[in-house]
Amino acid sequence: MTVKLTVISALGSLVWGTLLAGMRVSPVPLMRGFATFYVNTVRNIPLTVIIVFTSLGLADIFGVTMGASDDFKVQGFRLALLGLVAYHAAFVCEAVRSGINTVPVGQAEAARAIGLSFSQVLRIIILPQAFRAVITPLANVLIALTKNTTVAAAIGVAEAAALMKTMIENEAQTVAIGAVFALGFVVLTLPTGLLLGWLGKRLAVKR
Amino acid sequence: MTSVLYDAPGPRAKRRNVLFSVVFFVLLALFLWWVWLTMDDKGQLKWALWQPFTTSDAWTTYLLPGLGDTLKAAGLAMVIALPLGAFFGIARMSDHRWVRVPAGVVVEFFRSIPVLLLMLFANEFYVRSTGVGSEERPLYAVVTGLVLYNASVLAEIVRAGILSLPKGQTEAAHAIGLRKGQTMTSILLPQSVTVMLPAIVSQLVVIVKDTALGGVMLGFTELLNARSTLAANYANVVASFIVVGIIYILLNLALTTFASWLEGRLRRSKKSTGATVALEDATGINPAQVGGGFGTGAGGSI
Repeated sequence: MTVKLTVISALGSLVWGTLLAGMRVSPVPLMRGFATFYVNTVRNIPLTVIIVFTSLGLADIFGVTMGASDDFKVQGFRLALLGLVAYHAAFVCEAVRSGINTVPVGQAEAARAIGLSFSQVLRIIILPQAFRAVITPLANVLIALTKNTTVAAAIGVAEAAALMKTMIENEAQTVAIGAVFALGFVVLTLPTGLLLGWLGKRLAVKR
Repeated sequence: MTSVLYDAPGPRAKRRNVLFSVVFFVLLALFLWWVWLTMDDKGQLKWALWQPFTTSDAWTTYLLPGLGDTLKAAGLAMVIALPLGAFFGIARMSDHRWVRVPAGVVVEFFRSIPVLLLMLFANEFYVRSTGVGSEERPLYAVVTGLVLYNASVLAEIVRAGILSLPKGQTEAAHAIGLRKGQTMTSILLPQSVTVMLPAIVSQLVVIVKDTALGGVMLGFTELLNARSTLAANYANVVASFIVVGIIYILLNLALTTFASWLEGRLRRSKKSTGATVALEDATGINPAQVGGGFGTGAGGSI
């Protein structure tokens, strides 16, 4: 469950975050304003508040059930997904934007000089270089996302933290169970960090 | 604001930008209108639901004590985690392998575990093994979880801060005959504190946000928990979420503004080296440079 939540929301927040980053550097002031507002707002609200709101606010009051009104478990999973994507997209956006800043000015100027439009400059020249520069920061967001999926336990998604809570309340071996779950996360996050860190160094644009 | 990413707009580009603005504005307005309609439809805009927030009762009974507990937990966690983090950060740079390796293992281990698991475990530990009363237990558990996690994050910040100093500082200190401990306490730490301060303040934002976990999972009476009691009393779930969200935003914006002001100030002042550590840098240290065998492990603290 933890892995499933992580993978899907990682993909979702990557797409939404990149779109936000594109908006933040776009020539249209309104889009810039919207993306800036979104990032500053979402970044400063605890993820817990967002996730609990998707359940208590969106689902119970507004009836947003993500097409699974009859199945409480599926509904909780999808709502948690929505919250995780909305929250982490803000961090992805900041990471990508910092990557855009690392691309030398000459690249953008040269691209404009040969007559590419803004979207072409961004798509063909800037973003491919920016992404290679921000693999390590993005890896940090991914690792944080892996750890933050535990927050979904707050709305009753049966991922690692919820399982651990029930298990240590019912079984006698508190320490053993805690250690197993902790090791599970170490196994999930450490290789991700090492692999993506190595990849980030390998793929970094040599300048 | 002009950017290198696009030319200064000519007449056609201006027209196109206006077109995009209008389209985007219409989409945004449609979305907001839809949100407004849905809220109206479900009766969430009734003044009765928002009115409690204009009375002092809602604030003094629910929100302010909640905010107080949030700040108390965050403050305690920071105060305890800071010396612990400094200790582990310095221990990780020790010349002795038997100090360096265990410190590295501890830091990497706690850094890669979700803070929620640590809180749950601490809570259960207090229930079974100690006589902490059930009144204080949530606070203890929340602070323990936060301390264990953030001490290891702060350890990395401290390490990155000290490593960011020029090597000449250490060499000069050794040259005038200072011992290793003296070099650390009177040369390296004072200089690196100014470098690390912005990152430490940013970490405070993370701590404040993480206290909310204790409210949901452990029944700790912080802001988010106070919200649910308040909503149960006034039956205004959505309104209370919005108000609490705004409180969190204001609190954290104040902290981040303070952090960036601090960073700007330190950058300008001549005493420091002018460099500051971003949180991302803390995880991006070259392992060869540090001499430890662990490299960049599980970072990511948002």
